[in-house]
Amino acid sequence: MNLCTTTGLRCAVASIAAMFCLATTARAADLTVYTALEADQIKPYKAAFEKANPGINILWVRDSTGIITAKLLAEKANPKADVVMGLAATSLMLLQKEGMLMPYAPVGLDKVDAKMRDPAATPEWVGMDVWASAFCVNTVEAGKKNLPEPASWADLTKPVYQGQIAMPNPASSGTGFLMVSAWLQMFGWDGGWKYMDELHKNIAAYTHSGSKPCRQAAAGEYTIGLSFEYRANKTKKGGAPISIVLPKEGLGWDMEAIGIMKTTKEVDAAKKLADWAVTPEANKLYAENFAIVALPGIASSLEFVQDDVDKMLIKNDFAWAAENRDKILAEWSKRYDGKSEPKN
Amino acid sequence: MTTETLSLPDRAAAIAPLRQKLGRDDWIMRGAVVALGLWLIVTVLLPLWALLSKSFQAADGSFVGLANFQAYFASPALANSIWHSIWVSLLSTFICVLLAFVYAYGLTRTCMPGRGLFRIIAQIPILAPSLLPAISLVYLFGNQGLVKWMLFGASIYGPIGIVMGEVFWTFPHALIIITTALAISDARLYEAAEALRASSHRTFWTVTIPGARYGLISAVFVVFTLVITDFGVPKVIGGKFNVLATDIYKQVVGQQNFQMGAVVGLILLLPAALAFVVDQLMQRRQLALLSARAVPYAPKPDATIDRAMLAICSLIAFAILVILGVSFFASIATLWPYNLTPSLKNFDFDMMDGGGWRSYFNSLVMAGLTALFGTAVIFTGAYLVEKTPRFRAIRGFVQFLALLPLAVPGLVLGLGYIFFFNNPANPLNFIYGTMAILVICTISHFYSVSHLTAVTALKQIDQEFETVSASLKVPFWRTFMRVTLPVCLPAVLDIAMYLFVNAMTTVSAVVFIYAPHTTLAAIAVLNMDDAGDVAPAAAMAMVVFATAAVTRTIYMLLTQGYLARAQMWRKR
Repeated sequence: MNLCTTTGLRCAVASIAAMFCLATTARAADLTVYTALEADQIKPYKAAFEKANPGINILWVRDSTGIITAKLLAEKANPKADVVMGLAATSLMLLQKEGMLMPYAPVGLDKVDAKMRDPAATPEWVGMDVWASAFCVNTVEAGKKNLPEPASWADLTKPVYQGQIAMPNPASSGTGFLMVSAWLQMFGWDGGWKYMDELHKNIAAYTHSGSKPCRQAAAGEYTIGLSFEYRANKTKKGGAPISIVLPKEGLGWDMEAIGIMKTTKEVDAAKKLADWAVTPEANKLYAENFAIVALPGIASSLEFVQDDVDKMLIKNDFAWAAENRDKILAEWSKRYDGKSEPKN
Repeated sequence: MTTETLSLPDRAAAIAPLRQKLGRDDWIMRGAVVALGLWLIVTVLLPLWALLSKSFQAADGSFVGLANFQAYFASPALANSIWHSIWVSLLSTFICVLLAFVYAYGLTRTCMPGRGLFRIIAQIPILAPSLLPAISLVYLFGNQGLVKWMLFGASIYGPIGIVMGEVFWTFPHALIIITTALAISDARLYEAAEALRASSHRTFWTVTIPGARYGLISAVFVVFTLVITDFGVPKVIGGKFNVLATDIYKQVVGQQNFQMGAVVGLILLLPAALAFVVDQLMQRRQLALLSARAVPYAPKPDATIDRAMLAICSLIAFAILVILGVSFFASIATLWPYNLTPSLKNFDFDMMDGGGWRSYFNSLVMAGLTALFGTAVIFTGAYLVEKTPRFRAIRGFVQFLALLPLAVPGLVLGLGYIFFFNNPANPLNFIYGTMAILVICTISHFYSVSHLTAVTALKQIDQEFETVSASLKVPFWRTFMRVTLPVCLPAVLDIAMYLFVNAMTTVSAVVFIYAPHTTLAAIAVLNMDDAGDVAPAAAMAMVVFATAAVTRTIYMLLTQGYLARAQMWRKR
C-alpha cells in the first residue's frame, strides 16, 4: 500500500473508496446512456441489446426530457454520457447545434424512414419511434361530475373543466413540450399563447413528468390528464377506468432518437448500440410501445389506441421547435410557472 | 539555519522548564486530533466554501460579484419563496411544538395509562422518509381522499399539506427535546408552590413553563430549521406553492443552474445558521439551571388531568398511526381508489423509476457503512477532542467543525459536495459518483448530534481513568479499548442506530450526489412520486420504514439483555 505513504487522511479516503469500488468494478465496456425513455421500457431494450452484444453493459441515466437535456448541456465541457438514446429529436438537435454529437451512419440506416432521421448523409441522430399526445379521461369521475368527454384541444378550455386537468410542465417534460410546440404551430404564436392562457384557467396541476397526468387521471386525482399514447395505453391495460382521447385538431408529437456523443471513449460499443437501434429486432420492441416506428415495415397497433395515429399527427417543424425551445420555455415559465394559486 | 537547529533543544529547555513533557501518547493524540480536523475541513468546510464561491460566479466560472443574487431577487416567483418558506415554517413550528409540549406533559407529568406505548408511537415519524407523510396526506385529503370533506373544500396541495406533513415529520424531534426538559424539573419548586397555596394554573405558568423554557426554545429552533430545510414534504404536496427547498432542487436538478442553486442555498443557510447560533447561546444558559440538590418530580395521580391527557395523547397518537397506516394501505391496494384488492404489484420496483430494488439494497449498504465508519470516526473523534491534554486552540476549532453540520441544511451540504468533489482539479475527484461519497456526505450531515451524544457520554467518565493509566504507563488506546469504549457502549450503539436510521431515510443531501448505480431507496420514493407512481412510492417508503423499525426493534431487544449485563458494574 504505497498509497498510504501520503497523509493519513488521503489514505483513509483512498482505502475506503477502493473498498466501495470493488462492488462496481468497471467491466469490459460500460456504456453510459442518457435516456428519457420510460423506466418500464428500458429493461427489455437493455436485455435485448446486451444479449446481442455480449461484453457491453448499458448504464442508464434516466430522467425527464427537460432534465436530461439540461444535464447534457450543463456537462458540455466534460460530458459523462457515451450515447443519448430515447431522447426527443428536438433535444438532440440542440446537442447537434452545440456540436456535441458524432456523425455516424448505423448499419441498416438505408431502411429507416427518411423523415425519421437527421437528413445529412451521415446523420448525427436517427429516430426510433414517434410519441404523440393523448388525453386520459377518467370515466368514473367524469360520470360522477357529469362532465362531457372532451374531443378536442379547444374543448379543454371550456369552463366545465375548471380544476379538472393535469398537464406536464414543458420545461421538464418532453411530452409537455411537444404539446406546447404543437399549439404554437397549429394556432400561431399569438394564438397559441392565447389558447394556453385559457387552458391555464382549467389546469389544476403542472407535473414534472409526462406520465404523471395520465396516472393521476387513472387514480381519479384529476379527471383529465394530458399525456401521451404509450402511457395512456399502458395505464388502461393496467385496469384503470380511463378512456383515451386523441384530440381531433391534431396530435403534438416528437421522435425518440439516438445519437453518439462526440466525446465518448467507447466509440466501438457506442456504434454497436446505434447499429442495434435500427435493427428490425429493436424496432419490434419499440412497436410494442408505440404506434409508429422508424422502420416502415414494422407497424403496430396498441390495444387501446385507435389505429390512425399516423394520420392525426400535425405537420411538425422540428427545426423550428428546436431553434425556439429556449424562447418558448422562458415565455411559458414567465406566464404559468411559480404562479402560486391559493386554490385549485 | 544550522545554528538555529542546533540551539533548539537548549531553547526548549530554557522556555518550558515548568511544562510537563509531552509523551509519545500526547503526540499521537495530537496528531489524531489534527487528522480529524483535516477530515472535517475536507468533508464539511471546503464543500461549504465551494458553495459560497460558486454563488459569485457565472456559469463559466468567472467572478460576477452579486449578479446572481440580483437575478434571484429580480425574479418575483423566486423571491416569493422566501416569504412562503418563512411563514410555513413558523406555522409548522408553532403547531408542532404546541402538540409536542402537550404530549410530553402527558408523558412526564401525569399518571395517564399507556405512557410507554405513547412513547413508542411518537417515534414512528423518525423512521420514515419525510415523503411518507406527504404521500399519505394526498391519500387522505387529495381529490380522491378518504376524508377530503375535513378540509371543507380547501386544497391539500399547498401550505395546508406542507404544514400538516411537516408537523408529523418533526413531531418526534420536538418531543424528545421537550420531554427531556420536562423530566429534569425540580420537585422542590412544586412543593414550595403547594405550600404557598398557588393555584395549579399559576404553578403551571410560574414553575412548569419557566423550567421548560430552554427546552421549548430549543425545540422551536430545531423544528424551524428542520421545516425550512426539508424538501420531501413540499416536493410531494406543495403543488404550485414554491418554497426555498424546492427551488434549490428545481434550479439544480431541473434546470442544471448550479449558480442559482448556490444562491438559494446560501439564503437557506441564513435562517438555519441563525437558529443554530441562538440555540447554542440558549443552551449555554440552561446548564446553570440544573442544581445538584434538585429532587426529581414524581407526578401524582389526578383522575381529571390524567383522563384529559389520555384523550389528547390518544388523538395525536391516532393521527400518527393513521398517516402511517394509509401509506401501508395504499401500497398494497391494486389500483387506488377503484380496486382495493390487496396485491404486491406496487412492490415490483424494477419496472419503475428510481432504480428498483437495487436502490433498496444500495440504501442498506450505505446505511450500514455510514453506521460503521461514522460511529468509529465520530466516537473516536469525540474521545480525542475530549481527552487530549491541553492543545486547546486546535481542540476548540475541531469542536466547532464538529458542531457546524448542525447549522447546515442537507440540501446545502449536498450542493457543496457537487461543487467541491466534482471539480476535476480536486485530487479527491475520484470518489465522485461512488458509494463512498454518499457515505462520507451522510456522516458529515449527521455528525453533530452523534458527536454531542458521544461527548455527553465521555464527560460522565472520570478523568482519573486517564491519569491512572498514564501513571501506570498504559498507552491511551488500551485505556480507550478496555475502559472508555465498554463504559460508553450504550452511547456508541445509540450513535450507530441514529446514523443507520437517518441514512436510510435521508433525501436532502444525497439527492444531488447519487449516481446511476448508487440510487437510494428514499430517493426512489421521490422519483417514483415524480413520475406519478404514487402507490409504488408509498410502497418503497413503507419498505424503508419497515427496515428502520425492524432494525430498531432488534437493536432494542438485543441491547436490553446485553447492556443490562455489560452495564452491571454501574449498580452496587
